[in-house]
Formats: sequence, structure tokens, C-alpha cells
Amino acid sequence: MSFFSGAPFFGVVFIIAILALLLGYTERPLKWLNVVTSILVVGFVLVEKPRQLFFFLMFYIIELVLVKGYLKIRTEKGRQVATYRIAVFLSIVPLILCKAGEIVCLYQIKWFQFVGISYLTFRCVQMIVESYDGVIKEIKVLDFTVFLMFFPTFSCGPIDRSRRFVEDFHKVYKRQEYLELFGTGLEKIFLGLVYKNVIATIFFQIMEELPKATIMEKFIHVYSYGFYMFFDFAGYSLMAIGVAYMLGIKVPENFKKPFLSVDMKDFWARWHISLSEWFRDFIFSRFIMLSMKKKWFPTRLFGASVGFIINMFVMGLWHGPSVHYILYGLYHGVLLALTEIYQKKSKFYKRNKKKKVYRFVSWFITFQLVMFGFLIFSGQLIAY
Amino acid sequence: MEEKILDILEEVCEDSDVRDDLDMDLFEEDLLDSLAFAELLVAIEDQLGVVIAPSEVTRDDMNTANKIIQMVQSKAN
Repeated sequence: MSFFSGAPFFGVVFIIAILALLLGYTERPLKWLNVVTSILVVGFVLVEKPRQLFFFLMFYIIELVLVKGYLKIRTEKGRQVATYRIAVFLSIVPLILCKAGEIVCLYQIKWFQFVGISYLTFRCVQMIVESYDGVIKEIKVLDFTVFLMFFPTFSCGPIDRSRRFVEDFHKVYKRQEYLELFGTGLEKIFLGLVYKNVIATIFFQIMEELPKATIMEKFIHVYSYGFYMFFDFAGYSLMAIGVAYMLGIKVPENFKKPFLSVDMKDFWARWHISLSEWFRDFIFSRFIMLSMKKKWFPTRLFGASVGFIINMFVMGLWHGPSVHYILYGLYHGVLLALTEIYQKKSKFYKRNKKKKVYRFVSWFITFQLVMFGFLIFSGQLIAY
Repeated sequence: MEEKILDILEEVCEDSDVRDDLDMDLFEEDLLDSLAFAELLVAIEDQLGVVIAPSEVTRDDMNTANKIIQMVQSKAN
């Protein structure tokens, strides 16, 4: 069984949805259904690959010890920067080992390569960072387990936040409110199915069938790939969000009409939102705040530019240790930095930014830049 | 306290308009973005001694001058 594809998975989701509906309709808690189904579904997916199951269990134990252990130290000893940094570093060690195993010369080390590790790591780091901040005072083992293993978002997000998740997890809905949530969830699942299995498939077909002989055909390929990426991933996200809604968890949205973006900053507010907001809150903002306190840079704009580039570089690296992912990250980092400088410095921008013609031209340029970004991401840039 | 927060906001947003309407959505009006928001948090910590972490609040909790004032005051007590 694999997540969000094939009859077995959707058959299981169908049964879970009926059970959820029965509980929700009778105003009973959905909590235990979430616990049981998450462990069972994740278990069924991983059991087919025992090596993945083993590494997931290792990951679970390591992260549980780190998250609980760090919170204990934080409560007893207060804010200690060194312990905090060690805890964060240790929590990403499994992910580093996993990604390192993808580098050709290290091909023999296949540690921690299980579906979902990239996304699960975000959740563990978030809990440690927010413990340091003093925002999280308590993490129960059950809450930690379900937050990590919640099956709709296990393999590809959206990346939820623990405090928000735990609140929903313990909530008991009134009938009317639950039925509305269930209905919205159902709509999202159907829309997601159409996105992923119809529209994305059409673009995929175009890429398969069309030769890449003329310039025109090459352009069509690049744009088709961009649209394929969107409909495939947004469709998956919609299904994940929809199933989560049925289970009473209001997982955050992941896409908001990204192809209507009028500049690159706008694009990252609309594309893979749960990822970009995670990077914003846990890398970008913290880097900016630290650099301002320590006065690392002569001007705010300089600091911001470095911040954007580092932020997106890490984002690229997170996709995998390949040249094209790193280039993709740097490309977006540089574009964001340039956008920031342009918007802060240019009088032309300030005069014209609200005009319709300006917005149209800006949208058009952004659209091309975004599509070129996908071309880098695809690793096919040299082939063109 | 309120006056000080408005001074900070005016400096961070580089615009005195923030004082005109304390319920104006600062993100929608392009007065605040991720960068300015981080600067705002540093200024609040430096000048008022109130620590707010970037992931602690959502944008909807701090998108107007009034909400920011309320948030800082509640954290200060």
C-alpha cells in the first residue's frame, strides 16, 4: 500500500471516513480513531519495506528522546543556547544521513531512507525550537506520536505545527461544525483527485508525446512541466488536507493560485506555503533577528539579501544533495534578494506598483521566472 | 507603551501612515512583510524588553497596530 494512490489506500480511507462520520455525527471525540488509524496506515505502508520500517522506528525513538529530553533540560536549566543548538543539530542528523546516502560516492550508506523523513524532520525541529522559545511547555508522548504519524500528511505534508495540531486533536466537534468540516474535506479530496489524476496526467502526457525539436515545442515542454508540478503536488496536498479535515484536523493550506503571483515574494507566499512559512519562521526570521542584534551587516537590505539566499539555499539542499536542487535554491534566493532590493530602492516601483499595466507586466515576468525555476528543478536544463 | 510601539512601527514600516488608522491591515497595505516583521520583533525586544518568537504568533494575531499593541501589553504583564 502507498499513500494516496491505488485501490487499497482509498479503500482504507473510505472505511476510515465512515467511522469518522459516525463518531463526528454522534459528537464523540475523533482522537482515538486518529491514533489507531495513523499507526495502522503508516504501519501497513512501511511494513512492505522492512528496512524503512526499522529506520522509521529508530527515527521515532531518537526524536522522541531528543524532543522530550530537550524540553526537560529547558524547563530545568532555562534558555541555554549551546544545548539548544546541539539538540537541533542532533534532530536533523538522521535527515543528513538519509540525504548523504543519495550522493553517489556514499551510495553504500542507506540509512534513514524511509518515506516521509524530510517532512517529519520539520515537525521535530519545530518542537525543539519552540521549546527553546518557551512557547511549548509540555509535549505528551501520545500527542508527539500522532503529530508525527498522522497518516494523511505523513509522506508529503502539508507541514503542520504541533501546537495547532494538538489543539485540533483534542477537540470534540459539535455536529453541525463537524459536518461542515467533513463536507469541505470531501470537496477537497475530489478536487485533489481531478488535479492529480486528470489535469496533471494530461500535462504529463503532453511531455511524454511531444518531441523537443523546435523552440516552440521546447517552450511547451517547460510550461507543461511547470503546470504538471503544480497540479500533481497541489492535488496531493488537497487530498491530504481533505482526509485530515474528515478526521477533525484543520491542516494548513499548501497552495494559493501560485501562477497569479505578481512578484517572487508573492510567489513564495502562494507556492508550497507550509514549507515556505516553516523556512520563514525557523530560518529566515531568526537569521535576520540574530544578524540585527549582532550587527553583522552594514545595512538592513544587505542582511536581508544574505538571509534570502541562505534561506533558499537550505531549502534547495533539503530537496536533495544534487546540483540542480542547490541551483534551484540559489536561483530563488538571488531572485528574492533582487526583488527586495528593487522594491526598497526603486522610485519607479513605488510610483507604479498599483497600476494595472505594471501589475500585468510584473506578473508576466514573474511567470517566466517561475517556469525557468522549474526547469532548473527538473534537472533537465542542460538537455534543452 | 502604546506611543513607543507606534514609534517602532513608524520606523520599521518607514511610513507615518501607520498612526492614522490603528486597525489597518499592515500586511495587506504592504507596510509589513516577513523582513519588516522580523525587524519589528527585534525592536520590541530591544526597546521594550518583550520577547516574541517568530513562530509564536500568526500573522493574523499581529496584522494591525492595535493587535500589536495588545499582544505586547499582554506579554509584558
